[in-house]
Amino acid sequence: MNTLDYIVLVGTLVSIAAYGLWRTRGRRDLHGYLKGAGNTPWFVIGLSIMATQASSTTFLSTPGQGFESGLGFVQNYFGAPLALIVIAIVFVPIYRRLNVYTAYEFLGKRFDQKTRLLGAALFLVQRGIGAAITIYAPAIVLSTVMGWSLNATILCTGALVLIYTAVGGSDAVNLTQKYQIGVIFLGMFAAFGVLVSKLPEWLSFGDALTVAGGLKKLEAVDFSFDVHKRYTLWSGIFGGMFLALSYFGTDQSQVQRYLSGGSVRESRLGLMFNGVFKIPMQFFILLLGALVFVFYQFERPPIFFNQTAWQQHARGESAEKMHALETNFAAAHAQRRDLLKAWIEAKHSGDPARIESARSAALAANDRAEAIRTEAKKAMSPEPGKSAKDSDYVFITFVLDYLPHGLIGLLVTVFFAAALSSKAGELNALGSTTTVDLYRHVIRRDAADAHYVIASKWFTAGWGVVAIALALCATLTENLIEFTNIVGSIFYGVPLGLFLTAFFLEKVGGTAVFWGALIAQVLVIVCYFATDIGYLWLNPLGCGLCMLFGVILQAVGGEKKLSFA
Amino acid sequence: MTPAPEPEDNDTGLPGLRSWRGVYLFVLGCFATYVAALAIFGRYFA
Repeated sequence: MNTLDYIVLVGTLVSIAAYGLWRTRGRRDLHGYLKGAGNTPWFVIGLSIMATQASSTTFLSTPGQGFESGLGFVQNYFGAPLALIVIAIVFVPIYRRLNVYTAYEFLGKRFDQKTRLLGAALFLVQRGIGAAITIYAPAIVLSTVMGWSLNATILCTGALVLIYTAVGGSDAVNLTQKYQIGVIFLGMFAAFGVLVSKLPEWLSFGDALTVAGGLKKLEAVDFSFDVHKRYTLWSGIFGGMFLALSYFGTDQSQVQRYLSGGSVRESRLGLMFNGVFKIPMQFFILLLGALVFVFYQFERPPIFFNQTAWQQHARGESAEKMHALETNFAAAHAQRRDLLKAWIEAKHSGDPARIESARSAALAANDRAEAIRTEAKKAMSPEPGKSAKDSDYVFITFVLDYLPHGLIGLLVTVFFAAALSSKAGELNALGSTTTVDLYRHVIRRDAADAHYVIASKWFTAGWGVVAIALALCATLTENLIEFTNIVGSIFYGVPLGLFLTAFFLEKVGGTAVFWGALIAQVLVIVCYFATDIGYLWLNPLGCGLCMLFGVILQAVGGEKKLSFA
Repeated sequence: MTPAPEPEDNDTGLPGLRSWRGVYLFVLGCFATYVAALAIFGRYFA
């Protein structure tokens, strides 16, 4: 990065944060601080929901997922439109009718206070970890590639978002997210344009898709019923729907976004905006990764994309082995490049026999090159027999090596803007839940609004500090975007079970559902560590177990019927 | 058990999609189109 890149990065991030602070200065009442002015239009709510969900891992890690495994990850989002419709029909009118600040207030009104506190506690634990990942994930990749200090990157990013979120509240989050998501789209479209322009002249866009498809990067939909596969149509629709129901319907970081609208209409349309655009957005980012894969078929890629780690290894005891791997990979890559070119030339000739023969030769060459890369990944792994992951470093490597200056700054801004927008939503929700469900409800009930606003600012800042502290201690081995979804899937099913029991099982009371939820959460955690089922299935499992145990305990215990209506 | 939406929100305010049922069907239609298009896209370039 040069001076121009740093000007783009710092100038954009600081000016958006300063604008958010300036526009929301002087907010004194709790309603305004937690819900905003109540006049947020639906498209801003829609963008805000999108920005809260799309953290920097979405833009840093998802292209790497597309590079490594193709478009199949898009199935993770197949349940989202269905879930958003259910939330618009069922959840939104209830939240707005009860005029709640947090989703967990509803649990208190429907069940009892211990269930409300359980819901809030599950959210605080899960989202507290999530907030740390949100800040750690981009920092580890960007600091490694840029040569920055990891701790300084975490501290600077964390401090900036902490200040404007704590001071400005919900409106500052909505306002800044609108501009941050604008910068994000601008940067991603620009990167896509540059990537396509840098493909070889003889390779049309259709040819690039042919190469990607031939190398199995465009298989977006898997119709098989194998529950051990992470991404299938069915795990996406059912598991993904439960994940999205829980995330958008019961996670305060999202609930707070659509409760900032002036009416049910604004909230619903904001959700439907995401129902329409979420899948195309993820498809676009994954396709970008698949095209980066095609690009690196014709430009020599590093054998291992985390070059900093590779070079450290290459200076150690296994230097000779690493050098041999690099030499072999260079030769295999050159052969693959030539055979892929021959395949495309054969395709243009229209001769089916020649096409098939050239295609087979190209695929075999790709298998040889990938086998060497796999060997290199195994050499980089601290655990014998396992492969180290480098997919999170793919897109940033492309950005730094092939984009012009100025645009590099814009793309690095994209990663940080996404981190800030997502973390702002999380901190805002953590502060609100702590204030409304714990502090105001348990510790100090009858203070003035101004007191709760100040308390909320301090709680927001406190959660920011906790997230930064956790991020400073974190280490990750999974692909970042997958890790985020795995943590979510472990903790999201049970809260959703609480809410669905509240909505649809009128005879189940607070004590039964409280213990049912605790047992279900323990079983989900055991299931994750003791079995190898795809993690998306943990969402319906946790939800179903919570509801089932609630019904059983209610039948056994005979608790008095409770109703919130 | 599910309360009815507030009366003033019955109109979606969207041209061509006046009822909420219409909006939800539109989103479902988009979803079905995406899945079909992605399946065809993958098969075509396989």
